[in-house]
Amino acid sequence: MSILIDRRKFLQTSALTAAAAASGTMAAPSILRAQSAGVKIGLLAPVSGALAYSGQQGRLGAQLAVDEINAAGGIKSMNGAKLDPVLGDAQSTPDGGNAEVEKMNSAGVSAIVGGFASGICLATTQTAARYDLPYIVDVGVTDSIVTRGLKNTFRFGPGFGVITKAAIENLITINNNANKPAKTVMIVHEDSAFGAGLAKLLNTALPAGGFEILDTIAHPTPTRDFNNVVLKIKAANPDIVIPANYYNEYVLLARTMQQQKVRPKAAIYSVLGGAASSYKFVKEFNEAAQYIMDCNHWFDPRNAKALELKKKVEAAGQFFTYEVYLNYSCVLLLADAIERAKSADRAAITAALASSTFANHIMPYGPTKFVDGQNTGAAPANTQIIGNDIQVILPEAFASAKPVFPLPPA
Amino acid sequence: MHLTILIPAILNGLLTGAVYALIALGLTLVYGVLHIINFAHGAMLTAALFAAFFMHKLLGLDPYIAVFILSPAFFALGYALQRFVIGPAAHGSDSNILLVTLGLSVVIENAMLHFFRADTRTIDVPYGFSVVPVAGAYLSVPRLVGFGVAVLVAVLLWALLTRSDTGKAIRAVAKEKLGAELSGIDVSHIYAVTFGLGAACVAIAACLLIPTYYVNPHVGTGFVLVAFTIVVLGGMGSIPGALIGGLFVGVVESLCGLYLGESLGQIGIFLMFILVLLFRPSGLMGERA
Amino acid sequence: MTTLMNRGFLSIVIVVALLACVPFLTASNSVLNFLVTGLLLTLAGQGWNVLGGYGGQYSFGHAAFFGTGAYATAILQVRYGFNAWPAFAIGIAAGAAVGAIIGAMTFRSGLRGSYFALVTLAFAEVLRIVASVAPFTGAGTGTLIKLNVGAQAMQFQSRAAFYWMILALVAIALVVTRLIEQSRFGAWLVAVRENQDAARALGVDVTRVKLGAMTVSAALAAAAGCFYAQYFLFIDSGIAYGTWISVEALLAPIIGGIGTVFGPLLGAMMIKVLGEAAKHLIGDAPGLDLVLYGMVLILIVAFAPRGIAGIVAQVQGWLTPKKGKPHG
Repeated sequence: MSILIDRRKFLQTSALTAAAAASGTMAAPSILRAQSAGVKIGLLAPVSGALAYSGQQGRLGAQLAVDEINAAGGIKSMNGAKLDPVLGDAQSTPDGGNAEVEKMNSAGVSAIVGGFASGICLATTQTAARYDLPYIVDVGVTDSIVTRGLKNTFRFGPGFGVITKAAIENLITINNNANKPAKTVMIVHEDSAFGAGLAKLLNTALPAGGFEILDTIAHPTPTRDFNNVVLKIKAANPDIVIPANYYNEYVLLARTMQQQKVRPKAAIYSVLGGAASSYKFVKEFNEAAQYIMDCNHWFDPRNAKALELKKKVEAAGQFFTYEVYLNYSCVLLLADAIERAKSADRAAITAALASSTFANHIMPYGPTKFVDGQNTGAAPANTQIIGNDIQVILPEAFASAKPVFPLPPA
Repeated sequence: MHLTILIPAILNGLLTGAVYALIALGLTLVYGVLHIINFAHGAMLTAALFAAFFMHKLLGLDPYIAVFILSPAFFALGYALQRFVIGPAAHGSDSNILLVTLGLSVVIENAMLHFFRADTRTIDVPYGFSVVPVAGAYLSVPRLVGFGVAVLVAVLLWALLTRSDTGKAIRAVAKEKLGAELSGIDVSHIYAVTFGLGAACVAIAACLLIPTYYVNPHVGTGFVLVAFTIVVLGGMGSIPGALIGGLFVGVVESLCGLYLGESLGQIGIFLMFILVLLFRPSGLMGERA
Repeated sequence: MTTLMNRGFLSIVIVVALLACVPFLTASNSVLNFLVTGLLLTLAGQGWNVLGGYGGQYSFGHAAFFGTGAYATAILQVRYGFNAWPAFAIGIAAGAAVGAIIGAMTFRSGLRGSYFALVTLAFAEVLRIVASVAPFTGAGTGTLIKLNVGAQAMQFQSRAAFYWMILALVAIALVVTRLIEQSRFGAWLVAVRENQDAARALGVDVTRVKLGAMTVSAALAAAAGCFYAQYFLFIDSGIAYGTWISVEALLAPIIGGIGTVFGPLLGAMMIKVLGEAAKHLIGDAPGLDLVLYGMVLILIVAFAPRGIAGIVAQVQGWLTPKKGKPHG
């Protein structure tokens, strides 16, 4: 029964977005020709293949933003021109993403948002650069995406370097505020670009911050069994366990820890933890999820618009995941740039993005300023799962709760 | 490494290996009789996991009860697939069977992606976190059940093959297809029965996995590569070989993970696989070719 | 020259010449990119075809050669400051060497059929795992070739240049395949495919013949890998040694027609066109296009069991007697 409801809801949302897309695509020539043509923007997401869940969530967020902008009267400086999304499926591979960028370019888009995975973004930004096509990376946290000198590439969210730095600083702050109950750390990370890159940074930065790293365990994605990893954690008995992996492995790890009754003394503190700040995880494995901290992409919990968007996504039967609000924000950032560029011209939009001070957004960031394509205002937030909700514990300006640290006795 | 880690790690390997063995049983049976490498095996496992998931979610059926519905259902499904799709489409050529099963896996996986979305789904059963303390560690009850059932299924399957008339016909077709045909055995029926048995094994494996694992449209592929190695190690077509090979691979995977790290540890299975093939090409338990 | 042409090279010249004209007919880079990926697949598929199609040795592990070529090209440039052109050549050689080594180990053990297929798969997996942890491949982070547009770095601004380059590689592959087909070596290879024991009885050095085919096969797959690295400038273990390329490399020739010179080209283009057409037909419904793709794949096998080349041959068979020309 519930699947029927789920599917109906899903069909409703897709019907809604399809209708929105249609009103953008098909209505543009007939109704809008008199005023102004729509502005074509490419929305690229890996909606099939291994990253399909993230891709589908990202597409949802981007389309919600497009719907919202168009419902509010489109791009005002262009006589209310509507955003006309051109959807692309990167099929979870760099060549799939690359082919879509070529097609979007041929279709005459003014800019592209998306890519999701670092590997895909490296290929797609570089192809877009051939055509001076502005490209906003939605997630892709590898820093080499924005350090290659591509003039068309912008990343609104934070990269590895910033996230790791914040994660370590915040961990030290939390530990100091609680009179330093934690000294030893163990890192469990997945072994591709994301997890391995992170582990490398943590391994240099954590000792400098006064922590002793007892062990660093890499595992592939997928990993089917975490019992050995948990045995090692049990034997080493660290104060803090730092997992950095994707959703499925994160859940398996947390479940296995619960099952093996392994509980670090101070905290499970993830950095970009796949499930650690996921409402799905909180709902489905509430006991295993309790008090887990995460330093990750997060929305501003004090922002009314963010909460409204969250409601909208949940009403559509989906979880409010980071892919949703990052893609949503990136489309708004782009719309803001088009608004100021007053044109669908690629160079004008690139210039407008480069000088963006996009402010009225839902992320807990500092002032928007792009340096070499990276938004220097971007920052992660620290969250903690407390009860049935996920609270922001740092930075203080956005916090909705105080950290529970060290872990209360079981 | 200390024994308090080593012993639980070996036990864990055995538990994981048992489920591998169950998946490999289906594969080895199909290989032994039809001499085909079934690329759709992983997709079938995914489909079975989804079926077990929805049985629980929609009908409230515990996977251990659902298995009695799903294994006959998957037997029928497998039978129909071989009889009406793979058999007719493949025209008996190896490369075509390969393509057809590959095509099937693409169809099945993406149909699931389309209809169920890519979400990872898990079920919550009351015994999901139950454990038994053994040698200073805790062994998961659902995984112990999985171990027991896998061994039981292997024994039953072996009994079926050696004792029943159908089993004898299957073995006859496996050994000498033409001769079997001449002696009045309906070869395409036997092929389909074999494929159905393989699918039923996958359904059982899915019901044993789902209490502690998860399902999404791509979950099956990860198991199949391991299952392939087990099939070859155990000797293609050998039921006891698949069981022992599965347990062996489980332990090797576990120990390599322990000593080399989970990432590099995977290499253990494949290296062992290569070495066995180079020095004993018919597998550990297989008959000499 | 005429004898050369008559010996089956004319068709290659015509096909390649026609393909070479494409950039003059379309300015669309998305079409060129489409063809580049199609030709990339052709190259890898042609590699598979030499060993699998002519030699009857089905490999599931051509990723081992593709990946070695890709990694060698990338690592030589990134870590050792090599120029892209020699790096490309060394990449091909490295892939061929890996092919020879794997071939020597497996053929000497007498592995064939499914055993050979699965052992190649295992070799590719071993290499993938090593590449995912070894620091010199960039481990999990992968290897990113520095962006440096210019012909000297083999990073062309125009898609047409990349297109001609991959077309040239495919042309070489076609010629090599035709040469093999018409040589004594090719005859031995086919003899091994048809009946290994009979071939041995006739005095063919079976292991050496298979080894030779495997080396050529690996070199072609490695060339595809080198090109991939140069085209996308980023590889990681899952891309370079992933099972996707092993599967696509065998899919192309089997669909197109195994053991034929143009089979891989036909098959690769068919796969690409099919994928695009399905996407176009279905629109934006994740997964549904691939469902259609898979179904058509099964139908192709059901109705064209000898691949597209088989259909072509059949049609030719119908046409030739009518025109009263001798067959052959």
